Amino acid sequence: MLRYILNRFFGMVVVMFLVVTIVFVIVRVTPGDPAAVMLGPEATQQDIADLRGRLGLDRSLGVQYVYYIGQLLRGDLGQSIFLNQPVATALADRAEPTFFLTLFSILIASVIALPIGIYSAYRRGSLVDQLATALAMLAASIPSFWLGLILMQIFSVRFGLFPVSGYGGPGSTFSDRMYHLTLPAIALGVVSSALILRFTRASMLDVLGDDYVRTARAKGLGERSVVLKHALKNALIPILTVVGLTAAVLISGAVVTETVFGLPGVGNLVVSAVLRRDYPVIQGALLVIAALYVLINFAIDMLYLLIDPRVRY
Amino acid sequence: MSIIVSTPAPGGRNTFFRRMLKRKAVTFGVTVLVIFVLLAVFAPLIAPYAPNKLSIVNRLKPPSMTWWFGTDEFGRDVLSRTLYAGRLSLLVGAAVLVLSSLVGVTLGLLAGFFPKLDTPIARLIDAMMAFPDILLAIALVAALGPSLTTVIVALSVVYAPRLARVVRASTLVIRELPYVEAARALGISTPNIMKRHVLRNLLSPILVQGTFVFAHAMLAEAGLSFLGLGVSPEIPTWGTMIAAGRQYIGQADWMTLFPGIAIVLSVLSLQMVGDGLRDLLDPRLRKDL
Repeated sequence: MLRYILNRFFGMVVVMFLVVTIVFVIVRVTPGDPAAVMLGPEATQQDIADLRGRLGLDRSLGVQYVYYIGQLLRGDLGQSIFLNQPVATALADRAEPTFFLTLFSILIASVIALPIGIYSAYRRGSLVDQLATALAMLAASIPSFWLGLILMQIFSVRFGLFPVSGYGGPGSTFSDRMYHLTLPAIALGVVSSALILRFTRASMLDVLGDDYVRTARAKGLGERSVVLKHALKNALIPILTVVGLTAAVLISGAVVTETVFGLPGVGNLVVSAVLRRDYPVIQGALLVIAALYVLINFAIDMLYLLIDPRVRY
Repeated sequence: MSIIVSTPAPGGRNTFFRRMLKRKAVTFGVTVLVIFVLLAVFAPLIAPYAPNKLSIVNRLKPPSMTWWFGTDEFGRDVLSRTLYAGRLSLLVGAAVLVLSSLVGVTLGLLAGFFPKLDTPIARLIDAMMAFPDILLAIALVAALGPSLTTVIVALSVVYAPRLARVVRASTLVIRELPYVEAARALGISTPNIMKRHVLRNLLSPILVQGTFVFAHAMLAEAGLSFLGLGVSPEIPTWGTMIAAGRQYIGQADWMTLFPGIAIVLSVLSLQMVGDGLRDLLDPRLRKDL
């Protein structure tokens, strides 16, 4: 078991290292001088030279790379050019809306997908099952930003039930902030429920045909107990995996949805950084989000180890 | 993830298509897709107005017999623009499919066939897939500068690892099959084995994954254009149209509604075709079993 953990850990470190390298390369593929691109056409030669010095772009690629790794190891993600603050601080300041939006969306997606997925598998081939499968496919085809706009048109503009945009004022209460997140979370939740629904249905179908389910039925247990206690418990591992991975994927959906609803989250930060060519911020956000994804994956693998004794080889 | 290895349809291609079209969802998907392609190709003949024809007096007109989908903030016909936008959105999807397949299949094939290359390529695929698709595309567009070509290149970089992963997994299975061993025993060169025996049998997984890449690329392009990070806002794509309509919510809802429906329908049809293909090509996944 220790060997397995070490193997996975080593694999994770290698992937993490590659992630850092990819992020480093992306900024360096910019045609021309990144410093000149960042500062725009009005910058003087002196400004460009200063920025090149500040970013270390005047050194060789190898030195820049080693310096970048060293910087990351010290927990330094660099300095934002336009915000005049460290990238790590900028990201931390905007983490709250993104975190709660992701959490809220996952909750909504699970509340929609789990019961429907379980019922679909239980009544396989029925009208409800066919309808659920079709709806899941439809949900997966809707761009979350468009759904957000439609929801905004109906619930905010027409009925005035929710705020059109924003995250509440500076002194707003927690519940007020969550209230602002409702529509964006529904938009993201509905779209991502599709994947969870399909996975729940598939993994329930897998276990419903197993021997222990038949045994439970043969013992005379009620259907509710057979499905919810015996089958669901065993189907839960793959479902939890997909819920976890959806959380990571949701961060990417949040980028666009935050822009639609004017939420001051990481997504909004990235989009404005791109428009201002604030490369250190783009680089930092990309790195943190990818690292989170790798860590979530690793954590899920370790959870497997705890939950499922069969993995302990 | 399931690994699909080609299962030739008994009775040849005709039976395969007949079986495909027997599924209502697939028939629906194929029909909608064909209609969308035809509408895009013949947009200049079908569109009632030129897509960029300004008519300020007719700005923000609601849908009517004259303007079926209404007009936008410059009095341009939303129907004509939606039709023309389809050309670009489908073009991006198709171009990304071709480019990411070229890269993805090559990488997957090399990783699956040569054990020495497997670990580095597999790790690279893992690392690339750690980036959320739209975020990686945004970063690449930011680095390369927004343009149609950049969007296609960025999305191809994003989706190539997804194809590579599927191709690698299938190649690992095919490599061990008796006919590959037989080909090797007959002294056929490795490139020939890869081309004739392995690649041909990889067509099914590539086809299935390819339809999903096409669908996702269209969604991602719309997202990028919506954020103003894709093609220039003056060029009509479904994403840029929705972005423009966003300013007129509650005032001209049709500006966002129709391009959005076009995205949903085209992506849905692609997913339906992809799903149907996967079910047919992988008997273990067939719903009717």
